[in-house]
Amino acid sequence: MSVQGLIRLGDNTLILGQRLSEWCGHGPALEEDIALANTALDLIGQTQLWLGLAAERSGNGQTADTLAYHRDAWDFRNLLLVEQPNKDFAVTMMRQFLFDTWHYEMLNALTDHIDPEISAIAQKSVKEVTYHRERSTDTVIALGDGTDESHTRMQTALDRLWPYVGEMFSADEDDLMDMAALRPKFDVHLSETLQESTLTQPESDFFHQGGKTGARHSEHLGHMLATMQVLPRSYPDAKW
Amino acid sequence: MSNEWPLWEVFIRGQHGLSHRHVGSLHASDAEHAIRNARDVYTRRKEGISIWVVPASSIAASSPDEKGALYDPADDKVYRHPTFFDIPDDVGAM
Repeated sequence: MSVQGLIRLGDNTLILGQRLSEWCGHGPALEEDIALANTALDLIGQTQLWLGLAAERSGNGQTADTLAYHRDAWDFRNLLLVEQPNKDFAVTMMRQFLFDTWHYEMLNALTDHIDPEISAIAQKSVKEVTYHRERSTDTVIALGDGTDESHTRMQTALDRLWPYVGEMFSADEDDLMDMAALRPKFDVHLSETLQESTLTQPESDFFHQGGKTGARHSEHLGHMLATMQVLPRSYPDAKW
Repeated sequence: MSNEWPLWEVFIRGQHGLSHRHVGSLHASDAEHAIRNARDVYTRRKEGISIWVVPASSIAASSPDEKGALYDPADDKVYRHPTFFDIPDDVGAM
């Protein structure tokens, strides 16, 4: 049971970390480029912990690396939100803001988890994610309440990503905690930030599902994995 | 009119008891943004425990043209260094 829950957390940070690293060398400003790469590295670091623990608990000789590089798209258990393409900086930062806001509340709750190893990883990660959330929140406010063009792009990004928000709070027994219980705190930070950024929260409560169960990933995941996994699959015994 | 964000000078305190040192500059839209950017650009490898940022436009600097008048007169006044005292060995390095 808990192995699936661990894989979900590790896959979220792995896929989003890989997505963010696609910006490396392409950021709109040197400072933002470095900040995105730092966030990506934080997430990959958290992946090593979550997938490392998942591999250890599964007890079938897996490692964090085999889980990351030798599974196919249908075996991944990440949220649909994090596999969505970067598009422009507005979509990237809105995706980051929505994920960070959920991630922060989720990790805070996990720090009290009864399993000491899960609690320890959450305690280490939440410090990094506190900063991620501050940074993406400030960016959403600055660009939402910025020029006409930045406002339009941020609203378009929010409307585009909104159907992927609900899956973060869909709950089943594989999760390490009750994800639905996170929604009220998420909504508080969301509405405060959107208000300050003059953006309009979409009204629809429809949401896509199938990421965290693996049943229905979007077509974007396979393309991303092909790039991410090609080296270790072509040279399985390669060492740094 | 440039589209660049304003330039900020960044000062980092490496550890308690040391003073902030100038480490470089960066672009940011406001002071808070500059602190965050400094955190990401200059403290990735545990370089610091405190960050100051100052708008580069707020720094007044001496002019290189005045070098002679400002600094040369000190050249022949070696007695301004406290090098003419016998210091007991027990004092150690000063």
